[in-house]
Amino acid sequence: MLKAHKFSCNDYAKTMKPKLAVHKFSSCDGCQLALLNAGEALLQLAELVDIVHFAEAGPVEQDAEVDIALIEGSVSTPRELEHIQTIRDNSRILISIGACATAGGLQALRNMADAGAWMEAIYAKPEHIELLGTATPISDHVRVDLELWGCPVNTGQVVTAVRDLLSGVKPRQELEPLCLECKRQLNVCTLVTQGEPCMGPVTKAGCGAICPKFGRACYACYGPAEKVNDQSLGQRFEGFGLLPEEVARRFRFITSNAPAFKTAGERLEKTK
Amino acid sequence: MKKRDIKINVPVLARVEGEGALELAIKQGRIEELRLRIYEPPRMFEKFVEGYSYDDLIEMVARICGICPVAYQMSAVQAMEGLFGIEPEPWVKAMRRVMYCGEWLQSHSLHIHLLAAPDFLGFGNVIEMAKTYPVEVRRGLKLQALGNDLITLLGGRSVHPVGICVGGFRRAPEVAEVEAIVQRLEEALPEAAALVGWCASLKLPEDAQVFTSVALSHPDEYAIGEGRLCSDGGLDIGISDYEKHFREFQEPHSTALHAHLDGKPYLVGPLARLNLNRDKLPGPVRESLEQTGINFPSVNMFHSMVARAVELHLVVYEALRLLRDYEPPKQPRIEVKPKAGITFGATEAPRGVLWHRYEMDRGGLVRQARIVPPTSQNQARMEEDLRNSLEAFGLDQEDAALQLHAETVIRNYDPCISCATHFLTLDVTRR
Repeated sequence: MLKAHKFSCNDYAKTMKPKLAVHKFSSCDGCQLALLNAGEALLQLAELVDIVHFAEAGPVEQDAEVDIALIEGSVSTPRELEHIQTIRDNSRILISIGACATAGGLQALRNMADAGAWMEAIYAKPEHIELLGTATPISDHVRVDLELWGCPVNTGQVVTAVRDLLSGVKPRQELEPLCLECKRQLNVCTLVTQGEPCMGPVTKAGCGAICPKFGRACYACYGPAEKVNDQSLGQRFEGFGLLPEEVARRFRFITSNAPAFKTAGERLEKTK
Repeated sequence: MKKRDIKINVPVLARVEGEGALELAIKQGRIEELRLRIYEPPRMFEKFVEGYSYDDLIEMVARICGICPVAYQMSAVQAMEGLFGIEPEPWVKAMRRVMYCGEWLQSHSLHIHLLAAPDFLGFGNVIEMAKTYPVEVRRGLKLQALGNDLITLLGGRSVHPVGICVGGFRRAPEVAEVEAIVQRLEEALPEAAALVGWCASLKLPEDAQVFTSVALSHPDEYAIGEGRLCSDGGLDIGISDYEKHFREFQEPHSTALHAHLDGKPYLVGPLARLNLNRDKLPGPVRESLEQTGINFPSVNMFHSMVARAVELHLVVYEALRLLRDYEPPKQPRIEVKPKAGITFGATEAPRGVLWHRYEMDRGGLVRQARIVPPTSQNQARMEEDLRNSLEAFGLDQEDAALQLHAETVIRNYDPCISCATHFLTLDVTRR
């Protein structure tokens, strides 16, 4: 599906700098910080690309044609629904960054509820608020060339992907589960040794296994791994004494709308 | 002179966190319409935390804001511990203050250098500014990185950290890790002091206004993680009485609720805090403030820049003081037993008071939540300020100058629109 030549931006290098845009949809702004917190690396990146749209950092040119568009956030309003189409049309390579853009994010928890009733509960005049019934990932609406998962993504992930593209290299997709990354760090397994309901076996690697390093169970903020055996892991959690609804909440958390976790949540809902 | 009719429309406000727009219409030399329109979509956190546990809550509320996740975790953890009858151990208290110092440091440095300073020095953004002010920008980025690393020391990462929990911390840092950061704090201390002077030397507009400052105050320290809610108008209440004095309401043009104190707009954040709590500054920080020659309390809103720098100096000083003789504890946290009831938490986020209220059930699950972030509290004040400030600036100025001045006024508040829209009043009528 992804062709390496498609990613090559280095043909621009001799003539002009490739153009980069950073767009925000429904989100907490935390993934844009992967760039805003990058320090010297941000200044270096600005030498390599022309940052034409990045509202939080300053440049505003929403509808500019770009080589690389980074998208943070989920689609949750009629305006965002239109906007993502325009961005797709204007971008050679579109990368969604973070849990909201890749899976709908924490706010996709509302997809399971009656959002209309929630709006009435929260706003005195809900007619002034334009909101879709669901919060959905970018890939539900347009073709996405690369997904960087994580809540939040880190500077390494974003800068590496952009630099790979600038060098004409196809960026690496993370496929392995967190357990492998965790083992390489020689952390003590929280699931086996402490009976903690660790989501490591079904979660994508890439965060640095910080939760097990802190002696706690992974809560799956990097989304589902390539293969998810939720049934087997769920049974193990029940063996630790968790009720089915407690097991369901392990899957229905930061990326509840990611297909593998959504299915797991629905299956557990039925067994309640 | 002929009075012009002017319409200024800024559809995307730059260098603020989250999505907002400005609409300004001037007719016959008078402001006819002025709206800070916030169109950031609401994410409805207060509803979907219902049914999740107190542990899950700490991770969930962090996601309200990528720039101040620690503040959300701290207000929530304070509320939970209050309900469960836990008094944090001195080590836990000290390390939470260190972690919070880290968040103020990164957030204030980000605002000063990346968001606000370009306005006062005539640049469009920090990347342009770095070409003329490489030393200052690099100093800022270094301080920001140090703030992030302080959070990482205790939380594993700086955005949505994983270290804080009800009852203490998940892990205590090792002595060697702390020593490495102490050395960097020592080096940063004079740079933070120099930053205060630099911010005071910026050409900040003169803009005296009448407003009420609101902040937490604590008898023994410059309040960050706990205190009573106080104002310069004589308010002095416990945080559980917040709802008796403050009221949130919806405006049609904004997805963020506005707030009033006793029927009037008010200010939270660095300037409000410094106006109320400057007598709690440690000696060396008070000196750096005095050297600016600016008198506080100040009614010039643009002195927020100086206040932010003073607080940045404060948090470097405080983190160093608390980490210098670091010893790991016997255990970083204590056992927790949930209880049912209603509980409150309030701490000083980098942008001002962040107030939480929860109703919990016996099993430790959230039944109801209400969260009032600083930016929605400042929104009414911001609009009032824009009106006054633009009139003082002169409505007969060029459109571009008016627009830039309006944007400068807004950015000066360091509004975090992502935060502001995720909380909404819960006068819930349940169906």
